[in-house]
Amino acid sequence: MTDTPLIVTKDLKKIYTMGPHKLEALAGVSLSFDKGEFAGLVGPSGSGKTTLLNIIGSLDSPTEGSAVVMGRPVESLTHKEAARLRNRHIGFIFQTFNLLPVYTVYENVEFALLLLGDPAAVRRRKVMAALDWVHLADRAKSKPAQLSGGQSQRVAIARAVVKEPDIVLADEPTANLDAENSHNILQTMERLNRELGTTFIFATHDPKVMQYLRRTITLVDGRVASDETADGCGSRPEAPAPDPGEKP
Amino acid sequence: MTIPKLALKNLLGAGLRTWLNVFVLSLSFVLIVFSQGLLKGMNKQVEEAMLASEIGGGHYQHPAYDAYDPLSLVDAHGPVPEALAALAASGRAAPVLVIQGTIYPQGRLVPVLVKGIDPAQSVLNIPTSVLADAPASGEIPLLLGERMAKLGGLKTGDGVTLQWRDARGTFDARDAVVVRVMKTSVQTIDQGQVWVPLDRLREMTDMPGEATFAVLAQDAARPADSADGGWVFRDRDYFLADLQAMVESKSVGSSILYVIFLALAMLAIFDTQVLSIFHRRREMGTLMALGFTRGKVIGLFTLEGMLNGVLAALVAAIYGIPLLSWMARTGWALPGDTDSYGFAIGERLFPAYGFKLVAGTTLLVLLATTVVSFLPTRRIAKLKPTDALRGRMT
Repeated sequence: MTDTPLIVTKDLKKIYTMGPHKLEALAGVSLSFDKGEFAGLVGPSGSGKTTLLNIIGSLDSPTEGSAVVMGRPVESLTHKEAARLRNRHIGFIFQTFNLLPVYTVYENVEFALLLLGDPAAVRRRKVMAALDWVHLADRAKSKPAQLSGGQSQRVAIARAVVKEPDIVLADEPTANLDAENSHNILQTMERLNRELGTTFIFATHDPKVMQYLRRTITLVDGRVASDETADGCGSRPEAPAPDPGEKP
Repeated sequence: MTIPKLALKNLLGAGLRTWLNVFVLSLSFVLIVFSQGLLKGMNKQVEEAMLASEIGGGHYQHPAYDAYDPLSLVDAHGPVPEALAALAASGRAAPVLVIQGTIYPQGRLVPVLVKGIDPAQSVLNIPTSVLADAPASGEIPLLLGERMAKLGGLKTGDGVTLQWRDARGTFDARDAVVVRVMKTSVQTIDQGQVWVPLDRLREMTDMPGEATFAVLAQDAARPADSADGGWVFRDRDYFLADLQAMVESKSVGSSILYVIFLALAMLAIFDTQVLSIFHRRREMGTLMALGFTRGKVIGLFTLEGMLNGVLAALVAAIYGIPLLSWMARTGWALPGDTDSYGFAIGERLFPAYGFKLVAGTTLLVLLATTVVSFLPTRRIAKLKPTDALRGRMT
């Protein structure tokens, strides 16, 4: 792990306004994540896991506080800058796989590379390598409808890691899978984390996932209730204050 | 894969829904081209018939002549200017003398214009050569069109009394015989008029060497203005102005039809786009998560809709080109009484399609499809990626 954290959040708050009511999804979250972490945000529904993941993934912006991802403050990114950050540095894995139904497995995985401008030959090599990682090279020409849930999620993993991002954000990746498939895809992700050094952050309340995590951050009512590492080191220190002038 | 390839794949991936839209749009394509081609063909046919049988390369008219005022005919005659006479002598012009007259078919009185023309002329497509052989009995040979024959209840070989006034205003009458009932689509050389040999009419009216107007051959050069003897030149546009005005008014009527077809096709595409954007929110969220900007997502969805127009053009070409080519060759059979509509067209109407018409229609449909495809996608500009991923609209 390097000294500079990949992700730093400071006093992160997210308040949703629904008519006259205000819902505080995050109530001052300060965390940092280093390169190569295999961490999970756990907690009951409504605790703010997905909201935090979305802000880290620059899909959403905080109401207050800051989130610096790869040296970029998410709260001040334009739509285009946020899209570029996601495209180059972040891979997403969703609970419902979110594969594009009209494309083949190969094309779904290739999709992530399209905006990077790689030549076709490079794209092909990377896509086949990613499918090899998830043991689905032989299903490259299949359509998502022809795959099982476990296979679909493995395609989603291949799509998330094919561009070798710094961070993979997985929102309840096992929620739609049975126990065997859950273990399979978690082992796959753990292997990719180990071999590629990719940082994985999960949002989950699935005990099967939790047993793989090397760091577990428990959120309750939008606050960090505990932050523990698997070696029993206990809570990590608060994240350092981000330097707004810092560039990646 | 580039955005156009993605759009095409998405479009084809939608299966039957796409092909239904494409088929409806292709029908609009073909119907627009067909209806406009029909109008253009009619215009062309009428124009060609009028030029060949009536207008030629334009008319030199006696200054007193007013085609819309029969009373002007009393004074609208004079010696043919030398330059025009020379053209007539070389077969490049055909002088015509026009007087008012009356025929009495089966005891009825029918006012007519009596037009004298050289039987040997080849400037106008009128079978005037039949006037060359005057009956031995000395009757005046008459050439008339089908409409005139119908009006007078006359047929070839029928005798009729013709009455007229000569140059001094004296009434005279003589027996005439119908030597030919000609079939022509041009009413203005048929309705209410009879054709007689020019020399005979000059003799009857005591107007030697005179004419009311002279028709130039279509490829004849105009004589210098100083040589026209004060006669007024009326060019083709002058004669075709009414036709153009009529075609334009028909064009507006025809446009309403194709606007309806186009609107139906556009409605189908608009509806598909709206539904597509509603149903594919999660897909949009995924694209954004993968790094697509909103602009790129809008571009992708707009292009998908626009490609309906491109596919429709291709499908329309597959069945439209053979169909429309066949129509252009065989024509469109018109009902027997089409003459009464006022068009100088024959029994069949031949559509005419030009590059401008096809290219213009293609551009129009593509433009309309693009606009209709773009309008619903504007909602994407306000879409939050997180809402899209949850399948919500912002």
